[in-house]
Amino acid sequence: MAYQQAADGERGLMRFFERAMSEYRDGDRTRIARIAIVALLAAAVFSILMSITTGASDASVIDVLRAMADPNAADGAMSTRDRIIVFDIRLPRALLGFLIGAALAVSGAVMQGLFRNPLADPGLIGVSSGASLGAVTVIVLGTSMVAPVVAMFGSFALPLAAFAGGLVSTVILYRVATQGGQTSVATMLLAGIALGALAMALTGILIFMADDKQLRDLTFWSMGSLAGATWAKIATAGPIMAASLLLMPFLARGLNAMALGEAAAFHMGVPVQRLKNVAIVGVAAATGAAVAVSGGIGFVGIVVPHLLRLAIGPDHRALLPASALLGGTLLIGADMLARTVVAPAELPIGIITAAVGGPFFLWILLRNRARLGM
Amino acid sequence: MRSSPSISSRLGTLALTAALALLPLVSHAEEAKPVDTSRIVSIGGAVTEIVYALGEEKRLIARDSTSLYPPEALKLPDVGYMRQLSPEGVLATNPTAILAIEGSGPPDALAVLKSASVPVAMVPDKFSRDGILEKIDTIGAVLHVEDKAKTLHDSVAADLDKAIAAAEARPQAERKRVLFILSLQNGKVMASGTGTAADGIIRLSGLVNAAGDFPGYKAMTDEAIVEAKPDVILMMERGGNHDATVQEIVAHPALGLTPAAVHKAVIRMDGLHLLGFGPRTASAIRDLIARVYGG
Repeated sequence: MAYQQAADGERGLMRFFERAMSEYRDGDRTRIARIAIVALLAAAVFSILMSITTGASDASVIDVLRAMADPNAADGAMSTRDRIIVFDIRLPRALLGFLIGAALAVSGAVMQGLFRNPLADPGLIGVSSGASLGAVTVIVLGTSMVAPVVAMFGSFALPLAAFAGGLVSTVILYRVATQGGQTSVATMLLAGIALGALAMALTGILIFMADDKQLRDLTFWSMGSLAGATWAKIATAGPIMAASLLLMPFLARGLNAMALGEAAAFHMGVPVQRLKNVAIVGVAAATGAAVAVSGGIGFVGIVVPHLLRLAIGPDHRALLPASALLGGTLLIGADMLARTVVAPAELPIGIITAAVGGPFFLWILLRNRARLGM
Repeated sequence: MRSSPSISSRLGTLALTAALALLPLVSHAEEAKPVDTSRIVSIGGAVTEIVYALGEEKRLIARDSTSLYPPEALKLPDVGYMRQLSPEGVLATNPTAILAIEGSGPPDALAVLKSASVPVAMVPDKFSRDGILEKIDTIGAVLHVEDKAKTLHDSVAADLDKAIAAAEARPQAERKRVLFILSLQNGKVMASGTGTAADGIIRLSGLVNAAGDFPGYKAMTDEAIVEAKPDVILMMERGGNHDATVQEIVAHPALGLTPAAVHKAVIRMDGLHLLGFGPRTASAIRDLIARVYGG
């Protein structure tokens, strides 16, 4: 009986996959998207588990858990060290990495939907240039002009400045592009380039003023790293990213309609202006928080949504959650490489995301050239 | 015969119990005695050099990427650049303490290391005679080898004083103007102003820093370079062809007009030796003076 049921179940599952595949061939990707999201969820959980079990040291999660469960096991300093490695270094790093990857990928997907441009990324609304201006300000002037701020916030001064810089620059851009309650996406794009150039110039002045050590700090910051992940950073940047991530799926229907053009979306009853406002605030907050705690991590916001569009189609209802899961998983994977390849030293994670993401993305593009009409 | 294993096992138990009973005492003693320095990660070229000069290299288990001297140090695992340390990477080497030059970081990484009960001893980094001696004293105190540190302190101080006195003996009028060039990329000259290690070594050697009064390393304009009138151009040895560097300087629109280029007075020295401000600085001063005036 049980055997028969299992066989039926197996056959049922097979039928489910077969149906999904045939619908996929016919152009309906709802079912394949659902399968993808379940698979990505499993991959995400697996990547977090992998991440806390691998690292430069030989600390073993199982030993640590056993030591914690057993009150008599007083191993002294060794188990304290391992506990700190697992719970204060690897776990916050895995969680923060997942949140950052998810935030960057979803922000990328939302921006591409909003601007109807496959190359759009959060940089378009000024977040990235503003954030790096903020970060560079603290790195270069942290011991002179803005020393009181650094003294007040300590190691939070840099992330705070980056977050504030990203937000301020987005607000300015939004004000410039909004007239009579209407935000012009085209103006935003162009004004974004102008504002980005201005931010670059200010950053350039600071770079000119920097000494050699600060220059190295700047370079490392711009290549991104999760090395600074602490529970305190999760407590501050985490809620911002999590709130934005939870907000984004509500934009899915509107973004789907936007694919037909702004006017068409408006006539379909989509509150276009509100959609833009929410999308811009959400992306600015999520990306700002992500960049603030990790520096410049490139490529996730472009590669992840495009990969998923090829696999599960452009429907934002599936694309946004899938982007979050895949973005988080990939960033955790990249971070695992970053902290083991040259151990006990560490590579900046931005190098890995670009070095692995670039060629992989190119390969996908070439393989799917025909389908993309290139 | 049959009783002996049981006795030994009982003795073993006894020893174990005694050891366990002593454990709290040991850890208490460790608290009173500030740092267990049996396994050290050394961060910063000068710090590593001083540990070797003290003859305490057996305690070193890892170094940072700026610790390139003595050559034996290169065999130690490299935990990365001093300002980009990875907490787990450092912990993976199982240190009991970390000796770090001032400016090592990032602060978050150091905070995590401290929370993992690995003390981080900061070594001040000043570009002067007293700065070098302060490093030796600090490291000696952390490693509990005050006597050896005293000996090293005295010999380094005597050596430095001799080198400095020789440098100071030269009359002011004869002192040459030295321009330290950190990098020469696409004709852009990054020169060292005040407060830099290069400025420190130029002054200690009784030479004049031609770059002038700006702080830190800056790109100099062509006119300022001509105005600076350096007699000698000093650069870091980075491998490559010395003649090519001289050619580049002679061909440079501004550097080419300086007395240094006219006389082809271009000196290249090992960066860590020249700018390390460690036990070898007296020899760096003598080297620099010999090469500035010697030719």
